[in-house]
Amino acid sequence: MKKLLPFLASLLVLVLSSFIMLRPVADAGYQVGDKAADFKLKNVDGKLVSLADNKAAKGYIVVFTCNTCPYAKAYEQRIIDLNTKYAPQGFPVVAINPNDPATVPGDSFAEMQKRAREKKYAFPYLQDETQQVAHQYGATRTPHLYVLTRQGADFVVSYIGAIDDNSEDAKLVKTKYLENAMTELVAGKTASVSSTKAIGCTIKWKKS
Amino acid sequence: MNKLKFIALLAGLLLTATAHAQQVQVIKLPELQKRLSRPTDTTYVVNFWATWCGPCVKELPHFDKLTTTYKNQKVKVLLVSMDYASQLDKKVMPFVAKNALKSEVMLLNETDPNLYLAKIDPKWTGSLPFTLLLNNARHKRQTFEQEFTAEELQKQLQAFMK
Repeated sequence: MKKLLPFLASLLVLVLSSFIMLRPVADAGYQVGDKAADFKLKNVDGKLVSLADNKAAKGYIVVFTCNTCPYAKAYEQRIIDLNTKYAPQGFPVVAINPNDPATVPGDSFAEMQKRAREKKYAFPYLQDETQQVAHQYGATRTPHLYVLTRQGADFVVSYIGAIDDNSEDAKLVKTKYLENAMTELVAGKTASVSSTKAIGCTIKWKKS
Repeated sequence: MNKLKFIALLAGLLLTATAHAQQVQVIKLPELQKRLSRPTDTTYVVNFWATWCGPCVKELPHFDKLTTTYKNQKVKVLLVSMDYASQLDKKVMPFVAKNALKSEVMLLNETDPNLYLAKIDPKWTGSLPFTLLLNNARHKRQTFEQEFTAEELQKQLQAFMK
């Protein structure tokens, strides 16, 4: 028993350390049904934005996106259109840029401001400077979408994934995954397809 | 005369060899699945990349180099481009030529990642680069949704082949 204890202790350390090492991988983060923690991130207008700020919101379409990824660019207009369509229904878009500007200068705060101005974003475009929100959500790529619905005092993750089935050409889209889910979520139902996958650019994490 | 013929033949051979190296096969998902399910004792190193993906472009030479390094071993490198098929001539072919890639390059011509990603590997969340190590005869499979340095890649492959 005396010999076993140190062995067990080192085993525990090993298991724990491997767990810590594994933390940033894909399957960490939110699943549909999880409560989403609020955040406080700097918007391109310099003000801090939280989910709690908008008392009228029935939920949010949170999208991790950026200036530089070709897929994010391909979906930019579609994200603008989502806000136009769903903000009046109580689900505005909140865009979050998680990329490390030291790795991608095109995703600096100044470049974000420029992009938001040029494209007249009618929604917040927030910088996740510490990348903590992206880690917490489990975002892996841009664009990566999370629909949150207000349930009492909480926001619950109700859809994760793709916008639609054709990134290259919006005109050739056959299945609008997000809009299908939104139709149900706006009506207060659960989304029948609540989790989809999409291709995107890896989030440019800070070099640790 | 004979010498001339020989030179012509050599030139011809060289040309076909170059042309061969620069081919990019455009495939659909079932072809890729078939390719990845062969019951052979060959270790497949399958790297999913795109010309627009910075980290992919950076690590691609490490993968291509394996084709030379492991020439005499049962290792096969497949570089699967996730570029749009419409970009084949404009982006992918010039990239393959410019980098003189020696490995087999294919382009996956599918539009809906929600349908094909999980069929390639359920663990793939959809970011690039994505790498799959595979040996069907030994029922081994490992995935990496990350960028590799040359050393890391060598290390992972060696560990996988043990």
